[in-house]
Amino acid sequence: MMPQTERSAADGPQETFVLNLGPQHPATHGVLRVKLTMDGEYITRAEPVPGYIHRMHEKMGENRTWAQFLPNTSRIDYLSAMTYTHAYVAAVERAARIEVPLRAEYIRVITSELNRLSSHLVWFGAFLLDLGGFTPLLYAFDDREKILDLLEGLTGSRLTYCYYRIGGVCNDVDEAFVQGTRDFVAQMRPRFGMYRDLVTDNVILRKRLEGIGPISAELCRRYGATGPVIRGAGVPYDVRKVEPYSVYGQFDFEIPVFPEGDCMARYRVRMEEMAQSLRIIEQAIDRLPAGPVMAPSVPRVLKPPPGDCCFAVEAARGRFAVRIVSDGKEIPYRVKLRTPSFSNLSLFEEASRGMLLPDALALMGSLDLVIPDIDR
Amino acid sequence: MINGSLREVVAGFGSLLTGMRITLREFFKPSVTVHYPHETLPIPGRYRGHVILVRDAETGKSLCIACKSCEKACPSDCIVVEGIKREGEKRKSATAFQLDFTRCSLCGSCVEVCPVDALEFSKEYNLAGTDKTRYTQIDLLKRVEAGKS
Amino acid sequence: MNTALHLAEPYRLLLFLVGTLAFVGFNAAYLVWLERKGAGRFQRRAGPTEVGYAGLLQPVADAIKLLSKQLIVPPGTDATLFRLAPMLVMAPALMCFVAMPFSDALAARPLNLGLVMVFAFGSIHVLAIMLGGWASRNKFAIISAARVVSQNVAYEIPMLLVVITLLMITGTTDLNEIVRQQGGGFWHWNILRLTANPLMPVTFVVFYICMLAETNRAPFDMAEAESELVAGAFTEYGGMGFGLFFMGEYANIVIGCSLATVLFFGGWQSPIGVWPGLFWFLLKLYLLIFSVIWVRWTFPRTQFYGLLNLSWKILIPLSLFVLVLSSVLLKFL
Repeated sequence: MMPQTERSAADGPQETFVLNLGPQHPATHGVLRVKLTMDGEYITRAEPVPGYIHRMHEKMGENRTWAQFLPNTSRIDYLSAMTYTHAYVAAVERAARIEVPLRAEYIRVITSELNRLSSHLVWFGAFLLDLGGFTPLLYAFDDREKILDLLEGLTGSRLTYCYYRIGGVCNDVDEAFVQGTRDFVAQMRPRFGMYRDLVTDNVILRKRLEGIGPISAELCRRYGATGPVIRGAGVPYDVRKVEPYSVYGQFDFEIPVFPEGDCMARYRVRMEEMAQSLRIIEQAIDRLPAGPVMAPSVPRVLKPPPGDCCFAVEAARGRFAVRIVSDGKEIPYRVKLRTPSFSNLSLFEEASRGMLLPDALALMGSLDLVIPDIDR
Repeated sequence: MINGSLREVVAGFGSLLTGMRITLREFFKPSVTVHYPHETLPIPGRYRGHVILVRDAETGKSLCIACKSCEKACPSDCIVVEGIKREGEKRKSATAFQLDFTRCSLCGSCVEVCPVDALEFSKEYNLAGTDKTRYTQIDLLKRVEAGKS
Repeated sequence: MNTALHLAEPYRLLLFLVGTLAFVGFNAAYLVWLERKGAGRFQRRAGPTEVGYAGLLQPVADAIKLLSKQLIVPPGTDATLFRLAPMLVMAPALMCFVAMPFSDALAARPLNLGLVMVFAFGSIHVLAIMLGGWASRNKFAIISAARVVSQNVAYEIPMLLVVITLLMITGTTDLNEIVRQQGGGFWHWNILRLTANPLMPVTFVVFYICMLAETNRAPFDMAEAESELVAGAFTEYGGMGFGLFFMGEYANIVIGCSLATVLFFGGWQSPIGVWPGLFWFLLKLYLLIFSVIWVRWTFPRTQFYGLLNLSWKILIPLSLFVLVLSSVLLKFL
């Protein structure tokens, strides 16, 4: 295994060249430009240049009413759309002091966890695609198709669900969804064994990932990286346990934490998280209470009292927080979105110094970046 | 030392054989592809195609009362509704209802906010055409009155 | 089928020339089909189905597409070398079939140095890829070409060591003779010749891995690692130039698998001892090719230093050990 050597001045004059991992590149998972200054095959400096997909969501937040902003929330990180909508809706509910019925909370948890599963399956497939293994992508997408079918039957959309509303959810779950989810959970558990045998235990993958891209907990703290990045560095930080929201406090699940800090640790964190999500879904489906799915008296034109309010959720990529500032009008004064991929990307520059290019790409893949999440 | 690394090599090779066994097993399973133009999947009931006006079975017209709630609720300014109160009718009725589908994000606000439930999602997903106005100026009123709801 | 072909020499050679070209051409085209269908089946999907029944005309469509493209020679490249490289990949692959025994009577020129000839010609494609990468005057292409050369040099060594082991055991470099020695039934095949060397299956595995690495197949396809280097050494090639590289890769796979069949699995000998012939050769050949496709679609790519480590630190010591073991056994038994 090649160590990440520091090239000292004693090595003689270095000719570095600039390689553009341009906006169009199969490995950057979106439109991200990374300006790599390379010394032969080693990276001396990696400068990410985001902004190619900046769509001004925060500005749109200042020009739409509270309810009109809902479709935007799904499109910030389209793979983890439910959790993002959850953060926004819960922030507004907190500001306007709206009580969400218990059934709606349970439905929100179930759909958020299904969404987390589907997001992690996409990450799994895409990460392995970067490493050259084409087949697990299709197995993961086969499983993901079942989740998408479930959510399509419930909400009508497959990717950008506009399902939560301020005060609850817009449709109730039916028996088909409950039974379908139970079948899915039963069918998905053995698949993890298959993924473990095919991919995780594979010697080629282990050699590719073990010891590569070490990110220490201190580095994570400096850049504010959260999610599987910091849990792969040994810190048990998960918003669902540290600042429990919705009804997560009532479920029995664990936070997988691995101390090594390399790509393999982050990989393992995500695989374990998928299994834990299945646990949460199972418990929630069993305990789904009866009742309404929408709060009784949500005003048609919502005007939360002036002030600011913050709400954080554990999205698939890390901590997603929404801070809303209201001045009593029907249009927010400010909607601030704190996205996890932005912080996760910002440590790439420091972490990739001295790495070989394919290893740096493996590192980027293990950070699980979704570029629209960085640029908003 | 040689013993340890030999064991590692053998274990590594074993993991490769396990992987191959799994893909071979998947080889013999049936294909999950739906061969699209020749086969289609059933569309779920709540599928979000573009919005259409609901056809009132008795009158053959839409239920729209031109209150413009949908126009106000839409985040993307997709809907243009015009209506007048005709003689002898208790409420306004729509004279024009245009949808700009190129801006629609299928959020469902218009469907939910309508006080008379005049809007619903269609099940159309096969939308390919050569003329832009087919999508920027979908005339929903004409559709409902032609009976195509 | 033990009848020798009694024809006048020129006609016999012409027949073999046409036959070899047809065989290689047909394989290069339809191995693409097999690969795509196989990849589809491994991934629970269908592979090509539209063009022709079950996609069988897909390679024809691909060939027409490649032929219809303009052969661009980018400015600043070395035009002669640029045009020469694809031809140099394809030609040696064809040459290697001269000595290959398809059946008892079907060998174009049953040379008594057949094995040496196959290896001599089989190494030329590396030079051709290097030429292609160099002549392209493209950063990515040069890096990739350098990697290919390094990879191939590293894997030639264990392959040749394994072949030398086999040579010591069989005592001849005549491929037809090697096959004849394995007659009688599958327990006579070289892979199970444990009396000569109890590590024969390991020897086969080493040969197989080296064959994968020599032909730049996954998991050793650093040269074409799309997600990093665009298309590697072939970045600047379009149209039939690229097509020739591609066909050359498949021709090399066929050569490698034919060699494995001949050396380890008894060539045209049948496993039950009766009715030897061309059919068994082709069956074993295509089973091995299927396994090459199977391996490609199962594993991720190794890292470049992992690839070299595997060769220098694991395969070479192992093949040296096997060589010494068989020579010791040969001496004392």
